[in-house]
Amino acid sequence: MTRDSAALGSAPSGSAVPAPTLGGAPAPLLRRIMLQGRYETVTMLRNGEQLILAVVLPLLAMVGLTVTPLLDGYGASRINVAVPGILALCAMSTAFTGQGISTGFDRRYGVLRFLSTTPLGRTGLIAGKVLAVLAVLSLQVLVVTAVALTLGWQPDPQGWAPALALLVLGAAAFTALGLLVAGTVRPEATLAITNLLWILLGALGGIVIPAEKLPALLQSIVQFLPSGALGEGMRDAFLSGSVNPVSVLVLLLWTAIAGGAATRWFKWN
Amino acid sequence: MVRSPESPVLSISGLVKDVGPLPTLDGKMLRVVSGVSLVAERGQVTALLGANGAGKTTTIECAQGLQKRTHGSISLLGEDPDTAGAGLRARVGVMLQDGGLPPSARPIPLLKHIAGMYQDPWPVGELIDRLGIDAFSRTSVRRLSGGQKQRLALAAALVGNPEVLFLDEPSAGLDPQSRQLVFGLISELRNRGMGIVLTTHLMDDAQRLADYVYIIDAGRNVAEGTVAQLLQHPLPPDAGEQHIRTLLFEADPGLDFTGVLPDGVDVTEARAGSYAATGALTPADLAAITAWWAARGIMPRSLSLEARSLEDVFLDISGREIR
Repeated sequence: MTRDSAALGSAPSGSAVPAPTLGGAPAPLLRRIMLQGRYETVTMLRNGEQLILAVVLPLLAMVGLTVTPLLDGYGASRINVAVPGILALCAMSTAFTGQGISTGFDRRYGVLRFLSTTPLGRTGLIAGKVLAVLAVLSLQVLVVTAVALTLGWQPDPQGWAPALALLVLGAAAFTALGLLVAGTVRPEATLAITNLLWILLGALGGIVIPAEKLPALLQSIVQFLPSGALGEGMRDAFLSGSVNPVSVLVLLLWTAIAGGAATRWFKWN
Repeated sequence: MVRSPESPVLSISGLVKDVGPLPTLDGKMLRVVSGVSLVAERGQVTALLGANGAGKTTTIECAQGLQKRTHGSISLLGEDPDTAGAGLRARVGVMLQDGGLPPSARPIPLLKHIAGMYQDPWPVGELIDRLGIDAFSRTSVRRLSGGQKQRLALAAALVGNPEVLFLDEPSAGLDPQSRQLVFGLISELRNRGMGIVLTTHLMDDAQRLADYVYIIDAGRNVAEGTVAQLLQHPLPPDAGEQHIRTLLFEADPGLDFTGVLPDGVDVTEARAGSYAATGALTPADLAAITAWWAARGIMPRSLSLEARSLEDVFLDISGREIR
């Protein structure tokens, strides 16, 4: 095909400003990821519904568990049994439900596609989301811990290191699951599924209510769920300062399986 | 890398794209692009013109790396978009058909955020001035009008000061003022050496902006050339020797032209009182029409005669039937 180049060089005479050279370089990878992480964190914190899910509901659940006899007979005090599970619930709120819903709608509106054409790219976009989940989770831990301490929480000091590590692992598993849902179904369905699972797993998934307080049928299942594994692991850490290897293994498996599935089936448009 | 001025910014050869499997086709794949080839040069506006569903968006999304091609080769600034990294993406600006901007974002923080992804971005303040974004800088994306959204999406595509700019249906939703502004900027960028690739189903866009047009129909190239070249595209065999012309005029609505004009000249009333007589019009036909007006005391409010438009060429090539 011959291509007429007569249209070239038709710049108007006396164009005003010397134009900058076209084309440039991307900002360094780390800066792109940090920027995206900050942007997504601010977006999450500005979203009222997400704040209710991330902070208000877990705090209400914590108060509820300390004024009712639901957790009696499991540990030294109601608050000591409740707080580890509430922290686990926070991870599920932010990483699974909150991040899943926002990713689902970003996908609907083409935001994921547009950002993936910028230097940020798909990898940077996911990395930014993970950063935002960790940032919001850190704030949740600070708020819940502050309120819990005023309510008389006495965590095992040995428990902090394993608990925080487990919380990050739990956030990884729930982020992978949230992305899997957000990337494969319509955003309305993501909204329904992640909210419903939040309630079901929150109530019956072994996250705030220990498995042995649940009906016998559920007891055998919940320890293999990410919710049960995280809840049990957090309680073992803060009640006895120990690491629960089954929890670690189960969460690692969920992260690997959901992460692999999301990588395979996530649809960008 | 040596950038020769002759090397095209984009070259696509034999692009084939299958989508699916689709449940509506009994789980079969649907071929949406079946062999598109095109070349886009620096300092030119290259338009992909075609009806909705012709495969234009799929073609440029394959070029942008947003969709993986089934067959064919694509070179964008000398690289394969499927495997390219941030270095290539920093040199390419993309405006998607649906904008792709987060609904809750406000224009200026959003542009600043995107600018942060580049080493040396186009100053955000300058872009805001150029595209008149100040007027709605406090409004969230979801509350912007179609034209405002398009201008913001264009700013977002330009903030990296790209060498190649992809615009998918750039005039969708633009009011006349925005259109003037956007088209003026596109021409200026072209003159600065940017390679601009746009898709449109509007002949007028292509006629006003494009240096080179590829007409895409049913997933393949059907014609190409400068606008001037395309206007000389051979007439369909049944059109005979004469040139197709269109007589446009406005008069009272509901006039019945039966019997006034010979067979082969169609009179349509697109809007009430706005007529177009299209066909191989002869001087005798014009005389017949004006005589008919004179006999009935009809004075048209406006009257013009147009040679073949790009739209006619397009319809000659891709067929006039509704699909």
